[in-house]
Amino acid sequence: MEKLAGINRPSATYLKAIGSIVWKDLVTELRSRELISAMLVFALLVILIFNFAIELQPDLRITITPGVLWVTFAFAGTLGLNRSMAVEKDHGCLDGILLAPVDRSAIYFGKAISNLAFMLIVAIIVLPVYSILYNISLFNPGLLLVVLLGSTGYAAIGTLLSSMAVQTRTRDVLLPVLLFPVIVPVLLAAVKASGGYLQNLPMNEIWPWLNILIAYDVIFTAISFMVFEFVVEE
Amino acid sequence: MIKVHKLIKRFGSKTVLRGLDFDVQAGEFVALLGPNGAGKTTFLRILASLSRPTLGTVQVAGYSLPGQAGLVRARLGVVTHMPLLYGELSAEENLQFYGRLYGIMELNRRVQEVLGLVGLTLRRRDLVRTFSRGMQQRLAIGRAILHDPEVVLFDEPHTGLDQDACDMLDALLRDVAGRGRTVVMTSHDLARVEDLATRFDVLSRGVISASIRRPDLGKNNLLDFYRQSLAG
Repeated sequence: MEKLAGINRPSATYLKAIGSIVWKDLVTELRSRELISAMLVFALLVILIFNFAIELQPDLRITITPGVLWVTFAFAGTLGLNRSMAVEKDHGCLDGILLAPVDRSAIYFGKAISNLAFMLIVAIIVLPVYSILYNISLFNPGLLLVVLLGSTGYAAIGTLLSSMAVQTRTRDVLLPVLLFPVIVPVLLAAVKASGGYLQNLPMNEIWPWLNILIAYDVIFTAISFMVFEFVVEE
Repeated sequence: MIKVHKLIKRFGSKTVLRGLDFDVQAGEFVALLGPNGAGKTTFLRILASLSRPTLGTVQVAGYSLPGQAGLVRARLGVVTHMPLLYGELSAEENLQFYGRLYGIMELNRRVQEVLGLVGLTLRRRDLVRTFSRGMQQRLAIGRAILHDPEVVLFDEPHTGLDQDACDMLDALLRDVAGRGRTVVMTSHDLARVEDLATRFDVLSRGVISASIRRPDLGKNNLLDFYRQSLAG
């Protein structure tokens, strides 16, 4: 057989494959701005509506802020997860990636890291806007840690479930139906831990919620790592 | 190069492939014909390791599926009626992205070489979403042969192309096959595959119901052969 090129056939290294997928997602999004703009507009609208809908006493704002924030992140995150996988499916690109000789879990991690990056970008923009609208300082390192941990768990299981939902005709409806019941412990722990930091509670009251967040991040990532291959193959 | 024995594929209670046997020698160009719903795409997806067989054995390039899927994928290129390309990346970036996933050495040189082969060097920096359907399909072939695969699968590559684009695609298909690769292509366009393939197999009711090599076919007899195969 005539060789077109002296090409070796080493499988792409695991990290290189993950990096390539993240690079592709970020460049694609930078050019189309479809995903982040949809997430961002939705998130800003939610906090704006809450701001006008609920006349809050200053002391109540601290209490309600964690709930409003995580409802906003959760709904905006669902939009992003759906769109992120739909882009792959609509042009058959998911098959293109699956045809490459890389471990399926590398594809999962690539997509999950991209989804996490999109969620964090939205959070970085939403938090200052929220601070201004509600007159609350959210620049608390502890709160930022909770946002990171909560978003990680959300992206970890959300990427798996969105790759499952995207293969159905009712993907837009199916993802929230699958995701929200599963993600409840993460949202609950994130709301409680965020509230703890905002109310300056002692660390011994916040730690249990942080531990739950870390535990669920690890569990969701491990489960997704193990089952992603079976989800994406027929 | 491809050996399939007693392949069965079920989706729930529906059986699509019913004990299919298929054997392709290295360098052959096999046209896989059959009516809609015969299972051609399902069969190609199994060969491409995108779908798992329910029962039976499948070997591609000497490796079995699904157990050695990674080794098969490194030796396999696939072109479908969808381009599997990212519209927001340029032609060059698409090939570089896939090239990194395949771990291709000297990637930039290889990307330029393939862009030249598919005639897209001048448009290499343009976003793929600005390409015509024909150009996207040529780039899709470039993506499929980027890693110099031994086996290339084409699933109805002419779908949605106009006459000129089909002719250009055929020239590219001949070039791909002419380099010693083993090719399996599904198609509904008998006139077109008659000039391309060296063997014609008919997939009907989940099995290969008939097979004939080009020298045994005679000229312009593919349609008769196809009709008789389905009738039998």
